[in-house]
Amino acid sequence: MIQMNIGGAQVQVTRKKRTESPLFQKVLGLGLALLLVILVTGIIIALSGKSPLVAGQCMIRGAFGTKNSVAETLIKSVPLLLSALGLTICYRTGLTSVGSEGQIIIGGLMATIVGVKLAALPSIALIPLGMIVGAIGGGLWASIAGLLKAKLGVSEVINTIMLNYVATYLVGYLVDGPLQEAAGFYPQSDMLGQNAWLPTILSGTRMHIGVIIAAVSVVLVWFLLWKLPLGYQMRAAGSNPIAARTNGINVAKNMVLAMFLSGAFAGLAGSIEIMGLHHRLMNGFSSSYGFDSMAVALLGGLHPVGVTIAALFFGALRTGANTMQRTLQVPVSLVNVIQGLVILFVLTQALLSRFTIRVIQRYAGKKEEDHHA
Amino acid sequence: MLDIITGFLEATLRMACPIMLASLGALFTARSGIINFAMEGIMITGAFFGVYGSYLTGSPWLGALLGMAGGLAASLILGIMSITVKVDQVVAGTGVNVLFLGLTSYFCTVLYPNGQPSSVNAFQSVVVPGLSSIPVIGVFFRQNLLTYITFLLVPVIWYLLNKTTFGLCLRSVGEQPHAADSLGIHVDRMRYIAIILAGLLGGLGGAALSLGQVSCFIENMTSGRGYVAWSAVTVGKYSPIGIMGASILFGGAEAVQLRLQAMGIEIPQQFFQMLPYVLTMVVLAGVVGRTVGPKAIGKPFVKGER
Repeated sequence: MIQMNIGGAQVQVTRKKRTESPLFQKVLGLGLALLLVILVTGIIIALSGKSPLVAGQCMIRGAFGTKNSVAETLIKSVPLLLSALGLTICYRTGLTSVGSEGQIIIGGLMATIVGVKLAALPSIALIPLGMIVGAIGGGLWASIAGLLKAKLGVSEVINTIMLNYVATYLVGYLVDGPLQEAAGFYPQSDMLGQNAWLPTILSGTRMHIGVIIAAVSVVLVWFLLWKLPLGYQMRAAGSNPIAARTNGINVAKNMVLAMFLSGAFAGLAGSIEIMGLHHRLMNGFSSSYGFDSMAVALLGGLHPVGVTIAALFFGALRTGANTMQRTLQVPVSLVNVIQGLVILFVLTQALLSRFTIRVIQRYAGKKEEDHHA
Repeated sequence: MLDIITGFLEATLRMACPIMLASLGALFTARSGIINFAMEGIMITGAFFGVYGSYLTGSPWLGALLGMAGGLAASLILGIMSITVKVDQVVAGTGVNVLFLGLTSYFCTVLYPNGQPSSVNAFQSVVVPGLSSIPVIGVFFRQNLLTYITFLLVPVIWYLLNKTTFGLCLRSVGEQPHAADSLGIHVDRMRYIAIILAGLLGGLGGAALSLGQVSCFIENMTSGRGYVAWSAVTVGKYSPIGIMGASILFGGAEAVQLRLQAMGIEIPQQFFQMLPYVLTMVVLAGVVGRTVGPKAIGKPFVKGER
């Protein structure tokens, strides 16, 4: 309690304890969750007869050791970040989408069609066109689940999962049929025209302008969700649909729109993967970025800033895990394990932070008593 | 022509069995008020430990038992998260799936130091003499024992849910947990029992997949069947008999894909591979809205709070 003298009047101000601030609680909870994830992962590595410490060292060296590895970490963060930003919009609107993977695949497919068929266009037109068409493709793909949810009440979770499989087989068919390379040997499309390749921004590495686009998207999503009326409506529809509806917010419309936007960001991620790295369409090019991005969105606390940090963490994890597999023969599927642990432990963050704060307070209270005595 | 029909029926039954087992398991959780999106993870764990158990002991039945234990472990994580910690059940289920998809792939390389054997002892078909030689219908009498058990479970579970005190308690917990609580029913305990049953049946369903169909474990071999099994609960209108129908429908979609692929029909195979997933979406769109699920589904139970 602080006594203050303002304009001749005695005012008592009670300063909130730091442990009561929601941000502190959230950061504490997420931090503890991450600590537990690292602990359990260490145990799992130890179970397979490898040293967790050496594995950890290997991972860090692999992710940040050289200029090239840092660039690789950033490149891998880009699709994770974009797709997780989309999921942030979606989850904030109260929709649990599991469909990023399929939307990334459709985005990549669209960008491939643009890049192969319109290869004659100049870069300045072709690159934005590929990204826009990819984003629209991903958005429309996601809207299928959004519409079915809004119109018929079918669980968006099931439908987004089913759409992932449909997208996978659709691309599987296309690269084996209509879109197969002219040589007709491998199940993959022709190379994109050189004009559709994203320019690199760091010589000697694969780092492309997708990094900048992802950074801009962070600001855009933050602005959308917290500065625009649309974002407010979406968050209202998500946190209390009944109250939102009573206040004249069209919940169904917001659902479809949120699904479209989340799909658009995933689609953009897919088109950047194709135009920036692979330069051609093939099966499994997305390598489950869509599923990773769920863990990224949750670990990031569904906030653009948190999501950015989480995307970098997972990007580093992916780059590091490759090095770890090469040097220690620890299977890369460990990344999946870590993802699952992240999702589960992050869910318990509120419990973790409450528990810790209670322990701290008990300890602090005891000290105060000692002081009085 | 007769051969084609027989082959199709045979494949349908084989494909329907794992989905039906998992779906019957998920039914318990659904009726007790828990959304079971973790079925994919439960099944893949069952499939993995089914093969591992058969590899260790040489007996597919002991393998299936180990598979059930594995499924139980995966299911209990969902249970703890949704009953005790009271978090979003859909996200928790997804977390369980990702975790166990990763763990099974990880330990597949660790537990078999010399690489996984190409096949382990699997379930053998039981041929009923006489009946099995009837054309077409004969296929029903040369299935493996697990398929018979699965179909036998349908009336058993129907009876358990609708005609016993246990079933009444379980359903009341899913409909009106507060009313059930005031009558002295332990809501959380009932839900844990449902979670345990779902884990055992889902694990067995996974083992039916790995030991009844291919006799080895392949990474991510469930490929969405857990989600299909959960959809079958809705499509089957939350009743064991409906679930049997839905599972046969989804099994049939997989069988069509297998049979037509084998017959070398001109339509690209990928379209047949899409079929089970597209069918799930179409059937769900037709059924949902006309089915009323348990009232308290997805809502954690907090005593004394409405």
